Amino acid sequence: MPGTLHKTLKTFKRYRALFLMVLPGMIYLIINNYLPMFGIVIAFKNINYRKGIFGSDWAGLKNFEYLFKTADAWVITRNTILYNGLFIIINLALAVAVAILLNEVKNRFMSRFYQSIILLPYLISMVIVGYLALAMLNGENGFFNHQVLPLFGIEPISWYSEPKYWPYILTIVNIWKNVGYLCIIFLAAIVGIDNEYYEAATLDGANKWQQIRTITLPLLSPAIIIMALLSIGRIFYSDFGLFYQVPLNSGPLQPTTDVIDTYVYRGLMTLGDIGMSSAAGFYQSVVGFVLVLVSNFIIRRKSPEQALF
Amino acid sequence: MMKSNHMNQYAVNLIFILMACASIFPFVLLVMASFTDQKAIINDGYSLLPSVFSLEAYKYMMQSSSSLIRAYGITVFITIFGTVVGLAISTMLAYPLSRSDMPLRKVMSFLVFFTLLFNGGLVSTYLIYTEVFHIKNTIWALIIPGLLTNGFYILLIRTFFSTSIPAAIIESAYIDGASEFKIFYRIVLPLSLPILATIGLMLGISYWNDWFNGLIFVTDSKLFSIQNMLNRMLSDIQFLQKSSMTNAAQASSNIPTDSVRMAIAVIGIVPIFCAYPFFQKFFVKGLTLGAVKG
Repeated sequence: MPGTLHKTLKTFKRYRALFLMVLPGMIYLIINNYLPMFGIVIAFKNINYRKGIFGSDWAGLKNFEYLFKTADAWVITRNTILYNGLFIIINLALAVAVAILLNEVKNRFMSRFYQSIILLPYLISMVIVGYLALAMLNGENGFFNHQVLPLFGIEPISWYSEPKYWPYILTIVNIWKNVGYLCIIFLAAIVGIDNEYYEAATLDGANKWQQIRTITLPLLSPAIIIMALLSIGRIFYSDFGLFYQVPLNSGPLQPTTDVIDTYVYRGLMTLGDIGMSSAAGFYQSVVGFVLVLVSNFIIRRKSPEQALF
Repeated sequence: MMKSNHMNQYAVNLIFILMACASIFPFVLLVMASFTDQKAIINDGYSLLPSVFSLEAYKYMMQSSSSLIRAYGITVFITIFGTVVGLAISTMLAYPLSRSDMPLRKVMSFLVFFTLLFNGGLVSTYLIYTEVFHIKNTIWALIIPGLLTNGFYILLIRTFFSTSIPAAIIESAYIDGASEFKIFYRIVLPLSLPILATIGLMLGISYWNDWFNGLIFVTDSKLFSIQNMLNRMLSDIQFLQKSSMTNAAQASSNIPTDSVRMAIAVIGIVPIFCAYPFFQKFFVKGLTLGAVKG
């Protein structure tokens, strides 16, 4: 049909400048995001650099067999899910509470000031956070061992070789770094609530706590739900920096600090065990994707307008 | 609202003053350590008030700083270059996707969106960048992988364009004979400063703070950014703690003292702390934009 072809060419000519504009970004996404998606077959291959990524021999499910036979598979899965589950619950609860309180600061200048300060940790790189943690926890001269523990008459603790403390440390660091950010997102949602609801409630004699329970929380719940579901969809991915930098990649701590991301990194970069590492990476990507689909499906059933797609 | 219904302002402010202190406390400790005499850190530990004040760490940095200045220069370069180029390609991709008359708009938007749902993971990303594109130990390793733009930014910019730039303006400019590029530069971009500032700031911060790409793609210390330098010093300490005494003695001579390390960390933070007050308005606005679904 020469007519349609002609029309297509004409449309293309009309929009060629816009197509040209799209080009660099699309090429970037293809290189950075789409090519690696095909590279996921590496998990089923026996990588041989001389034959290249795609030319290497197939290994079937052998890489996965090795991975799931190790005790590591269980440890990293458990740590990843427990930490992220804990982070989701604590961060959301704290951020909502802080956002509600922040909305009660009536002095606008002070409110801005507090917002700026609690957001600062969010802006700092994880390497620096590693330094801050070291200044606090260093065995010989850290702030805790030198200034805090003596106050309670406790002997210095060798933080970087005792796995049992790390679930607490990592949780606290994660809260310190991220709650300010989440809180400002919720604050924006609270500010968006129509003031008339509160005025009417006040006329009816509702106290502050009743207003929070019957107005703020219900109207905030869509934002809370979407943030929770977004994080649940990413529950198989961890903040690599948190789990790598803050425990200083320390071997003895691995039982409580190793997550899938750090395991994949170590397999690839320090152990050179690409087979196991790519199997773990495949497990992460695919389970992560399924979790996104499932969580989105659940939102769509409950309230379609909040679904991601 | 009636006065009696307010929460006790003193209590609320007290809570936030405590939170603010908790947020900045570690930074104060870091800055103080950088101004403390090395012997005092060893004897008295890190503390909020230096027992022996000293500028030695900063003097040492000034004197032996060629690698430090180099790392700083690399960080500044990748931050500026990456932010400008990243912002350019993100907005250029987002703009046509925001035009309701653009052919293939839905398909391309889906291609952008899908990158948020699924990815190839570290191993294949690493192998493709090293085996196919050979960016290991090049400056590109610090600029391109996973940093230049991402689907989330593109969707945010697209939403901004389609909600705040009236199609009628674009239409009439086109009828008046303006080219698409001219419309983009002369009309769309000037109307979009809030989103450009927001995304630019987010890109800038992630470039300044990035240490991961340097960690996996750069082994040549000439290409270290300030974050990679800091990271290398941390892993040297780790090595020191693990290794035997003789090795440790050798290694420790190469590692700057606590106060110098803390001073280097301080100069890694200072630019962000200095720039942040000017951008705070945009940053908070950007976070709230981020909460709106793309």
